[in-house]
Amino acid sequence: MQRNINISKTIDWLTLGLYLVIVLLGWLNIFAAVYNEEHRSIFDITQQYGKQLIWIITSFLIATIILFTDSIYYQIFAYPIYFILLLLTILVIFFGKDINGQKAWFEIGWIRIQPSEFLKFSVNLALAKFMSTYNFKIHNYRNLITIILIIVIPTAIVFMQHDTGTAIVFTSFIFMLYREGLTPFIMFFTVISIVLFIMSLLVQQDIIIYALLIVSIVIFSFVNGQITFILSAIGALIGIFLISKGIVYLFHIQFLEQHFIISVAIVFALIGMLLGKLKKIKYAVHMGVLLLACITFTFMVDYIFHNILEPHQQARINELLGKSNDLKGVGYNVNQSKIAIGSGGFLGKGFLQGTQTKYNFVPEQSTDFIFCTVGEEHGFVGSVILLLLYVSLLIRLVYLAERQRLAFSRIYGYGVVSILFFHFVINIGMTIGLVPVIGIPLPFFSYGGSSLWAFTILLFIFLKLDIDRLKYLT
Amino acid sequence: MTNPYVNRKYIIISLIIFIFIVFVARLFYMQIIDDSYKYSAQNNSQRRITKYPARGVIFDRNGKILVYNEPAFDLMVIPIQTKAFDTTDLCKILEIEPNILRLILKRARLYSKYKPSVVIPQLSLETTAILKEKIYKFSGFFLQSRTLRKYPKPIAAHLLGYVGEVDEAYIKQNPYYKMGDYVGISGIEKSYEEYLRGKKGVSIYLVDVHNKIVGNFAEGKYDTAAIPGYNITTTIDLELQEYGEMLMKNKKGSIVAIDPQNGEILALISSPTYDPSLLVGRKRTKNYQMLLKDTLKPLFNRALMAKYPPGSTFKMVNGLIGLQEGVINVHSAFSCSRGFSMGNIHVGCHPHPSPLELISSIQHSCNAYYCNVFFKILNNKKYKNTEEAFLKWREYVTSFGFGQNLGTDLSYELKGNVPTNTYYNKYFGKNRWKPLTIISLSIGQGELGITPLQLANYACILANRGYYYVPHVVKEIHDVQHDNNKFLQKHRTLIDPKNFEPIVEGMEMVVKGGTARIAQIDSIVVCGKTGTAQNPHGKDHSIFIAFAPKDNPKIAIAVVVENAGFGATYAAPIASLMIEKYLKRKIKRVNLEKYIFESDLIRR
Repeated sequence: MQRNINISKTIDWLTLGLYLVIVLLGWLNIFAAVYNEEHRSIFDITQQYGKQLIWIITSFLIATIILFTDSIYYQIFAYPIYFILLLLTILVIFFGKDINGQKAWFEIGWIRIQPSEFLKFSVNLALAKFMSTYNFKIHNYRNLITIILIIVIPTAIVFMQHDTGTAIVFTSFIFMLYREGLTPFIMFFTVISIVLFIMSLLVQQDIIIYALLIVSIVIFSFVNGQITFILSAIGALIGIFLISKGIVYLFHIQFLEQHFIISVAIVFALIGMLLGKLKKIKYAVHMGVLLLACITFTFMVDYIFHNILEPHQQARINELLGKSNDLKGVGYNVNQSKIAIGSGGFLGKGFLQGTQTKYNFVPEQSTDFIFCTVGEEHGFVGSVILLLLYVSLLIRLVYLAERQRLAFSRIYGYGVVSILFFHFVINIGMTIGLVPVIGIPLPFFSYGGSSLWAFTILLFIFLKLDIDRLKYLT
Repeated sequence: MTNPYVNRKYIIISLIIFIFIVFVARLFYMQIIDDSYKYSAQNNSQRRITKYPARGVIFDRNGKILVYNEPAFDLMVIPIQTKAFDTTDLCKILEIEPNILRLILKRARLYSKYKPSVVIPQLSLETTAILKEKIYKFSGFFLQSRTLRKYPKPIAAHLLGYVGEVDEAYIKQNPYYKMGDYVGISGIEKSYEEYLRGKKGVSIYLVDVHNKIVGNFAEGKYDTAAIPGYNITTTIDLELQEYGEMLMKNKKGSIVAIDPQNGEILALISSPTYDPSLLVGRKRTKNYQMLLKDTLKPLFNRALMAKYPPGSTFKMVNGLIGLQEGVINVHSAFSCSRGFSMGNIHVGCHPHPSPLELISSIQHSCNAYYCNVFFKILNNKKYKNTEEAFLKWREYVTSFGFGQNLGTDLSYELKGNVPTNTYYNKYFGKNRWKPLTIISLSIGQGELGITPLQLANYACILANRGYYYVPHVVKEIHDVQHDNNKFLQKHRTLIDPKNFEPIVEGMEMVVKGGTARIAQIDSIVVCGKTGTAQNPHGKDHSIFIAFAPKDNPKIAIAVVVENAGFGATYAAPIASLMIEKYLKRKIKRVNLEKYIFESDLIRR
């Protein structure tokens, strides 16, 4: 049964409002980032800010078209859209224009289009379509393979364009998959091994082991809800920390500290397993095994890195991890970005007053590093406000996804949340030096026609699905 | 149908909020707690360009310029801002070898990556012109405007001193200075550094990532102007100085001329000298090394630092002490039979009438006379023993400014030497030395070491009949009060002024009909005294001290010409010509002048 629905009454004004605010703030910050004394008008279309206005207006047009298109078409054409965009993305490898070593762009006149941006929503559509089929079970072996294929094929193609950033974005669907019932263990193991791999190369081993112990205690306590346990365990950890530091201080023997901590960690894990077994505490054995596995893994990575890899391979990994402190080379962007943000202070230097921003110290300032402009010119207050806007949007989208009656809409909604969240974490994380540099834009905010269009399409398809949620009564 | 995984939305929301908290905490740390980013940002985008003030101009006593400034540019580099550039091109412009440039840049990086360092100081105007056009090609390099010392005449090098770059040790002690600043290293440049240097200013510019200046920081609100150094008028008479240097050409030695009425140094010549412009600009280090290696030691300021036995010029001191102590009077006479003999000591003398009274003893410079006087001073029954009498003698001698720093405003003034009783006690043993043992002091030989400046000051004392003003070279610092009280105080010797009259008479006779008749000048009464300093290393030094006119003296002078023989041969005519030049401004004795000009005592 279908009903006609008045868009103005049923559209989620909050999401729409957040979208508009973010887009407009983005436009103003692009203006500040590439501000040029000779082109003082924000409407000057020879400059990026003028062009961004065109992208914004056209995005609004696209949004309007989407809102007035029946949402059923997205379900129907999910696969064709997916395949057409896949095809375009493949074609771009052969016919695209090479920019900064990436073959990701079609050039028509002065307009450049990056098909991989649009691939994101099409993959989302395809996944939603596939996973919303009747009696779909995520842990079905064949289903899992299909899901992985839907994700991996575009990822691989984008990788071939040398656009690593965009390729990595597709891993974000793991959040959506988690919501749709994917066992947390798969995620857990992937995440843990990636994190451990990176950390064991970046951080001292004893710190990792402390971190592992703390994390396992926290998780353990969460699972079992024993506050007394968490407190006593953390107390014990502090004790161990002090003792080991004492050893180093008294005897000046560094390696002893390492051995001491490792032994303590192993004893800790074994006692945990034993206690768990005896008192029948849930997951105690699993946790213990995991902890031991993590410790072993850490040492393995460390050993392989230092004893098996060639020096130049080590250097490349170090560079990737930002460990080599080459401020002119790889580290330059992040360092300049941190300087720009850090120099903003509490209230910032004021609109168009950012010296780092205005004089191009930060590369890619209008695209990937646009957050610097906010940080420098609007300070802590401005940055937090922008973060709040994004967090509000994300939580609102989670809420909207949850109120969908159709699995398709819900899955698509979570896909939107996943993609936006991933962009948000990586983009802002890299500008403040928490995440390695992965060049992906800040949604709705960064300069760029393709990305703005693509994110607008991504979001408004979901808004349209949300408007139409009452159309299909189950 | 309820979705079994609906609760997982809370995990997802928690994750979003968790990330938000992490980001906020990180931003809080970066933007509010940690200040280092703010400084980095300033370094990044602000370029502080020091505006160097022009050093004060130095004038002679008649307002003629001794040294002024001309503009120059230093090529600077900020290592962090350099990018790959055409090394050969830059080397060609700068006329240096590529490996030297690399070395300079390496040193600059070691000093600081972020602070500017000097690549090549004091570029020539042509080089600057070429570089100005091409500087855009060399990112990280810029030109810093400076001023260089410029000397209208190549004279007064030792007096004026020179300016050089500060080193790290100096910066540590004097934080006003920064790498690449200049400071006076000797002469007036050093002693009046504080007044001459002026005050550095700063311009703060905003630069973009390409190191291109994009404007003034805060519309120049924080810029300060450079304040030029104070100009100084010296007491030097440029013409006299120049003339003295000409006279001393090809001779080793020194001339110091002082106005006895106020202690103003009129000329101070140390020969051989050098062209002061050699120690300016890029060639400074090279030239400095060259001058340093010169065996004639042109950098050595003989006027202030060379010690000579004063020879017979010292006789007046002993005569004055004898009068003051009452061991002789004006009419005391001693005979001289080709010298002085006592015990197994013999001091020779040249032929002259005998016996002589005090005035004629000076006129003829009789050695025997002063041996007797000295013997009487040290054998004075007033004192317990020779040592006590010697101490009294020494007290008189030092009151003439010998054996101590006079406290002039020139740096590196040496004390000279007047032997002490402890020295003799150590050398001969306590009570083992008698007046005869140290009899050579009577005629200004022995352990006495007197600088030409002290000799000239001594001439002032004689001219003033008993007092002197501390010799000094600076008359006035323009637009500022400076403490010159110490130059206005009369320093009296321990000798009664009336005792000077016969001595001055004697000095007049020296020129009128004694050992220095060559120093006579028409219509000017010159009082002088020759001296011949024995020199164990070679020919005797020729010494002459003089003042003129006899009454109301305008100039007192000391001349030392090394290895030139008798005082009358070179020192006396030179002093006389100097006096004529100063008082008459014109030399009538052209032949004498020619004789001095053409004498070459170095012959290298």
